[in-house]
Amino acid sequence: MLDWLNPVKGFGVTFHTMFKKVPTVNYPEEVRPTAPRFHGRHQLNRWPDGLEKCIGCELCAWACPADAIYVEGGDNTEDSRFSPGERYGRVYQINYLRCILCGLCVEACPTRALTMTNEYEIADDERESLIWTKEQLLAPLLEGMEAPPHPMRLGETEEDYYRQGPAFARSAPGGTGADGKADR
Amino acid sequence: MGIEEKLPSGILLTTVEQIAGLVRKSSMWPATFGLACCAIEMMSAGGPHYDIARYGMEKFGATPRQADLMIVAGRVSQKMAPVLRQIYDQMPEPKWVIAMGVCASSGGMFNNYAIVQGVDHIVPVDMYLPGCPPRPEMLFDAVLKLHDKVQNTKLGAHRRREIEEEEERKLRRQLPYPVYAATEHSEGVGR
Repeated sequence: MLDWLNPVKGFGVTFHTMFKKVPTVNYPEEVRPTAPRFHGRHQLNRWPDGLEKCIGCELCAWACPADAIYVEGGDNTEDSRFSPGERYGRVYQINYLRCILCGLCVEACPTRALTMTNEYEIADDERESLIWTKEQLLAPLLEGMEAPPHPMRLGETEEDYYRQGPAFARSAPGGTGADGKADR
Repeated sequence: MGIEEKLPSGILLTTVEQIAGLVRKSSMWPATFGLACCAIEMMSAGGPHYDIARYGMEKFGATPRQADLMIVAGRVSQKMAPVLRQIYDQMPEPKWVIAMGVCASSGGMFNNYAIVQGVDHIVPVDMYLPGCPPRPEMLFDAVLKLHDKVQNTKLGAHRRREIEEEEERKLRRQLPYPVYAATEHSEGVGR
């Protein structure tokens, strides 16, 4: 009987939709946070005194299924110390054109030097600039950290450094403490 | 310059290049080239939660003749390579290419005889997008960076000079990894 109204009913649907909540996220203006454990780009962490955690063991490079990581270790000397212990990662490169962000390198890292951040905006128009070097990957120096090379600040011996270092840094005036993001 | 000050208010001066850039970037229709898992993310980028139509990419078609942007999403096998090239050749100028995902960008983890090691062996790529697969936000990030690039593209003789300068720069570029002076512990850098 009211069949002639059917074409108008269609506009009713349109009208209803106008008042529905829009699920679209306006990406560049409003960024939805990722999951906290999202596999974004990598970060090379530091000890609370600023020394690098990477010891140049290349386990990450060996674990990498895409052969995206290149590490070259170097020896620490008394004059120039970049990490506690004998060795440090002198050259560290991650090729983001190969990296599949699987996180096997993070699992392989024995010192928790390599972790992943939630950053993901790394598109680029050059292949060369997508090979990230150590300077780009290193975590920024937090308050209380000192740019290497410098001697170990968190204890006399290496055992002191590893066992009591974090507590020492926490108690030190101006120290950031080891509970920060850089030391998880 | 002088002419801007003499104009009445409400008149905006710009260059032909800027207008061409604005027009080109505001309605850049993509040709999908979904080859693998990245295509799933590309499809979700077209869905309501991400909505790629917000960037003027309303028509996400499979026809190359009405497309300006080719999103190569996924690994390109050797057998697919000529097909990809043909589709690229069918697109009208001006055209751009996004290599979406590590497989399209460099072969990714598939370093073997079956996969083309980077789609830039076949077509010129304007934007490399890492990730496996990249989430839709990463695709948008690449699209917006490409928009910036298109907006600032020059025309005619300026464009030719720009290309020459870029070529010169790339030939004389500093490599991203520093080549260290040989010490007793280093045998050289690079694989």
